[in-house]
Amino acid sequence: MKNSSSSRYACSVVVLALLLVVLAAACLIFGSVDIDVASVVRIAIGQDSDNEAWNIIVRQTRIPMVITAALAGSALAIAGLLLQTTFNNPLAGPSILGVSTGAGLGVAVVMLAMGGSIGKMLGDVEVGGYVATLGGAFLGAAAVMALLIVFSSIVKSNTMLLIIGMLVSYLGSSVVQLLNSIASEESIHSYVTWGFGTFSGVTTAQLPLYVALIAFGLLCSVLMVKPLNALLLGTRYAENLGVNTRHTRMALLMVTGLLTAVVTAYCGPIGFLGLVVPHISRLMLSTSNHSRLLPVTILAGADMALLCTLVSVGGDHGVIPINAITPVIGVPIIIYIIINRRKIQYFN
Amino acid sequence: MAIFSTQQLSVGYTQGGETTTLLSNLNLSLESGELVALLGQNGAGKSTLIKALTFATKPIEGKILLHGVDFNTITQSERAKLLAIVSTERIHAGALTVSELVALGRQPYTGFLGRLSADDHAIVADAIHSVGMDHKAKSYVANLSDGERQKVMIARALAQHTPIIVLDEPTAFLDAASRIETLQLLASLAHDQGKAILLSTHDISRSLMLTDRLWVITRNRQLCTGPTARMMQSDAMNRVFANPNITFNPNHCDYEATKN
Repeated sequence: MKNSSSSRYACSVVVLALLLVVLAAACLIFGSVDIDVASVVRIAIGQDSDNEAWNIIVRQTRIPMVITAALAGSALAIAGLLLQTTFNNPLAGPSILGVSTGAGLGVAVVMLAMGGSIGKMLGDVEVGGYVATLGGAFLGAAAVMALLIVFSSIVKSNTMLLIIGMLVSYLGSSVVQLLNSIASEESIHSYVTWGFGTFSGVTTAQLPLYVALIAFGLLCSVLMVKPLNALLLGTRYAENLGVNTRHTRMALLMVTGLLTAVVTAYCGPIGFLGLVVPHISRLMLSTSNHSRLLPVTILAGADMALLCTLVSVGGDHGVIPINAITPVIGVPIIIYIIINRRKIQYFN
Repeated sequence: MAIFSTQQLSVGYTQGGETTTLLSNLNLSLESGELVALLGQNGAGKSTLIKALTFATKPIEGKILLHGVDFNTITQSERAKLLAIVSTERIHAGALTVSELVALGRQPYTGFLGRLSADDHAIVADAIHSVGMDHKAKSYVANLSDGERQKVMIARALAQHTPIIVLDEPTAFLDAASRIETLQLLASLAHDQGKAILLSTHDISRSLMLTDRLWVITRNRQLCTGPTARMMQSDAMNRVFANPNITFNPNHCDYEATKN
């Protein structure tokens, strides 16, 4: 069994990594402009093709989009996993608990205060602008996380906490609506578009910061494998094992807030990925041991986001908003998991 | 010197800014190699005392000592190597194997990423063997019976390699056979491995047969202690329950209703 579980892990990693390459390639090849495979490959490895427009499309649109999507998927999936373990609640996730809405509210407040549109705020023209936007998103996400931690010590029921998360989410959205009523036409339009979710919003100039922040968040999560495993036994056992649960929860709050905030600020409030991907990983591995679960969740998150991207931009149709795709994939999986929860080990 | 003792310990709870003391001036001691049961009626303060003794809550007054050293001067990570708990808290480890769950007991000794050394693996296997669960080592925790789960939680505490183990109602959800097995296991761990073991329980008759000493909380919140055999003959046993018509029959090792 030890061998079978570690070979299952190795197998999952290989399959997900191969899938990542295939999906990334597909996202580079398929799009509204037809570019032949040979040219895409040539451009991707740094050579120029004869068609200047193709060079620009692949280098400045498709490659940043693939990197943005893969990292956003990993980030949201890890945020979901950390939330599920922190609250011992398998149905927790950054969008369902209102963390994404908190980040969105932060973005809206900053945007309104600075009188610009999101595109402009995150644009490479105003450095101060996107730092402020990211800061606002982080504060919003962290505030909701802190609120959830407070509520989780008052209401012990997992279902009640989910309902509170959804209520917080509604409240956040309504505040955003209220803010919009006093915002300029341009800001509202930009905010609404941002709300659809897209992985195409990160420019090559913004990419390094985006990549650095998410990589930092993911690295922090990997370093928390040990306390995360202890938390599977609940607070009292974790404390008895020498884990300072207050510090751990605080650190988890920061990491989840950071990952959700960065993705939300750049890509919009993406639903379902954070909730669904940790379940896919657990079902693949049949374990809740974070030392194996965490790497697989990072890979599976990237795969899932690329799959959504492919559906969104690949093909002849216009661009489909990411948030129109994630529920189609996510909801059936969640319903399957809820219906079969008695048969699934990690619920018991 | 007792391995684990208290000095003028008072325990209770704080609610709405008001502190209620349940038990006060406790001078208790627990020796290596003995199994002690804490008895008392519901609400008497068993759980409160256990929580204070395992640092889940702060005592109102007094000290908890290890070999005479104040536990407050010991860091949380050092405490993890001295005292292990088995609580009634719900765990979410159904998708861990028995080995993986027991291995969590090694956390106080492993490095930053929690990797297990060959020694750690041997200790985990040993702990699982001690509770007689070798055949289930690779099973998922979700697929265990309540009794098996409790044994695994005890194995986890053993893997923590602490001289003291404190268990809160370890037999609460078990059937009769599992209750006896669990208590027998704890007795043998105390006697053969020299552990100091304290458990709280409602399972009076069975704990009387297998424990070395009793800590009995009476209805007027006195804590009487002594060797089990002597305590059974003492009046303390008749002062446990609020209802005076429920009396202790030493011949049956249990309580019964006296006819009016």
